[in-house]
Amino acid sequence: MPTLILADHDNASLKPATLNAITAAQQIGGDLHVLVAGANAGPAAQAAAQVQGVAKVLHAEAAYLAAPVAENVAATIVALVKAGGYSHVLAAATGFGKSVAPRVAALLDVAQVSEIISVVSADTFVRPIYAGAAFATVQSKDAVKVITVRATGFDAAPATGGTAAIETIAAAPDTGLTKVTGQELTKLDRPELTSARIVISGGRGLGSGENFKMLEVLAEKLNAAIGASRAAVDAGYVPNDYQVGQTGKIVAPDLYIAIGISGAIQHLAGMKDSKVIVAINKDPDAPIFQIADYGLVGDLFELVPQLTAELG
Amino acid sequence: MKILVPVKRVIDYNVKVRVKPDGSGVDTANVKMSMNPFDEIAVEEAVRMKEKGVATEIIAVSCGTVASQETLRTALALGADRAILIETDADLQPLAVAKLLKAVVDKEQPQIVILGKQAIDDDANQTGQMLAGLLGWAQTTSASKIEIANGRATVKREVDGGMETVETSLPLVITTDLRLNEPRYATLPNIMKAKKKPMETTNPAALGVDVAPRLTTLKVVEPPKRQGGGKVADVKELVAKLRGEAKVI
Repeated sequence: MPTLILADHDNASLKPATLNAITAAQQIGGDLHVLVAGANAGPAAQAAAQVQGVAKVLHAEAAYLAAPVAENVAATIVALVKAGGYSHVLAAATGFGKSVAPRVAALLDVAQVSEIISVVSADTFVRPIYAGAAFATVQSKDAVKVITVRATGFDAAPATGGTAAIETIAAAPDTGLTKVTGQELTKLDRPELTSARIVISGGRGLGSGENFKMLEVLAEKLNAAIGASRAAVDAGYVPNDYQVGQTGKIVAPDLYIAIGISGAIQHLAGMKDSKVIVAINKDPDAPIFQIADYGLVGDLFELVPQLTAELG
Repeated sequence: MKILVPVKRVIDYNVKVRVKPDGSGVDTANVKMSMNPFDEIAVEEAVRMKEKGVATEIIAVSCGTVASQETLRTALALGADRAILIETDADLQPLAVAKLLKAVVDKEQPQIVILGKQAIDDDANQTGQMLAGLLGWAQTTSASKIEIANGRATVKREVDGGMETVETSLPLVITTDLRLNEPRYATLPNIMKAKKKPMETTNPAALGVDVAPRLTTLKVVEPPKRQGGGKVADVKELVAKLRGEAKVI
């Protein structure tokens, strides 16, 4: 039976995490159908049709899906599953996917497996628990498996080379329960945090939002994304979407540079799968040094400018 | 207006969790337990709504063993008016918890259910959304600011790219995120008063809910250990190693 994948997108293109979810779906097996629900979402549907491994794209178009709410997207998915015989429903574990998938699972009266990091078989998956202190292998016997996929657990499926058909389908009617009335989205002239190859992250040690500018200069040199610890976000230095950690963003870049971050378990949960970890902190006993490949003890206000200069 | 606040008893966030060598799970014996931090934030928000006159009664509810009474007493000490324990030794998973909560909602008829966005033990992030689905209610997840007026809610929520403001009708399920509020500490007088607040006990059978788990945990293991502790003397050495050894720049 086919697998339905909920695309995370902005109508113009797919969010990178969708490509990782598609890889997870391929490992499960079965034909892959990608649902693109939106308004003027033709470009996103086209993008989905070009991803390798996708058999079909289902494009649900409605004005009230321009700023989609979980209630409406879940309703569309449930209708599709009940009509179409899907064995699996997958969504990337983005904020969007996490808000929609459990509602779908409950409406189908099935369990959900959250944030899988690997596929053992079509009904068995591995997922992190206790902020990644343990990995649990879980098996579902439900007729439909609803799953969210942690993007860092899977490679991105190639975005070109696919030639899937795009089918227009009806969106479920507007449930009328919730409406988006405003958005404050961070304007990025930098790579996005969860898909960047290099991440520079600042913690409480930065001392102010103003001081994050120093990290921006470094990030520019390295074409890096900027992240932050919970402490830095709570203190108001940077917006909430910069937070890396157990309850924030999960990242696994080639290089993670933690600056002024002590390394609480909850922060490590969000970055310990990075290929290379660098830590800069004036406290030699900071826990972050225990997982850093290259630790540099010292004053970040001296070291960061030095690092920027050294990079040429 | 009644507010229902589900709370969960979990291993305290400061505890370094140990995986049992036999692969059967995590060691919970003699380990410090606390209210799930996101649920503390939910209780605090409910109490503030009561202090503002938006809510008239706060009911705390927990599902689990009799030890969850501790967690409920904490909620009462923080300002909840009464508590309900749904007692069971069963391995409770989010779908079952959502069904138990629905049974309580059907009986108590709150206008708002507010709970943590995820429990820090299973990190599932499902129960609130499942409950909203079963009830056919609106849901606002990862809330960082809530305003209730004239039977409607305006909620600011944390989303992947920043913040989003939504408007919904009541009744509503809200899940809390870190920056919604900073919970108060229970004062000693309030802890004492909490002992006299009503706590009722029920169970899944009495509520007509089948809580049999759908997911089977086959094994629990430690993640591969990461080698760390590498040090460099200065920035020059760092850059040289990142280029030459790690080859990431």
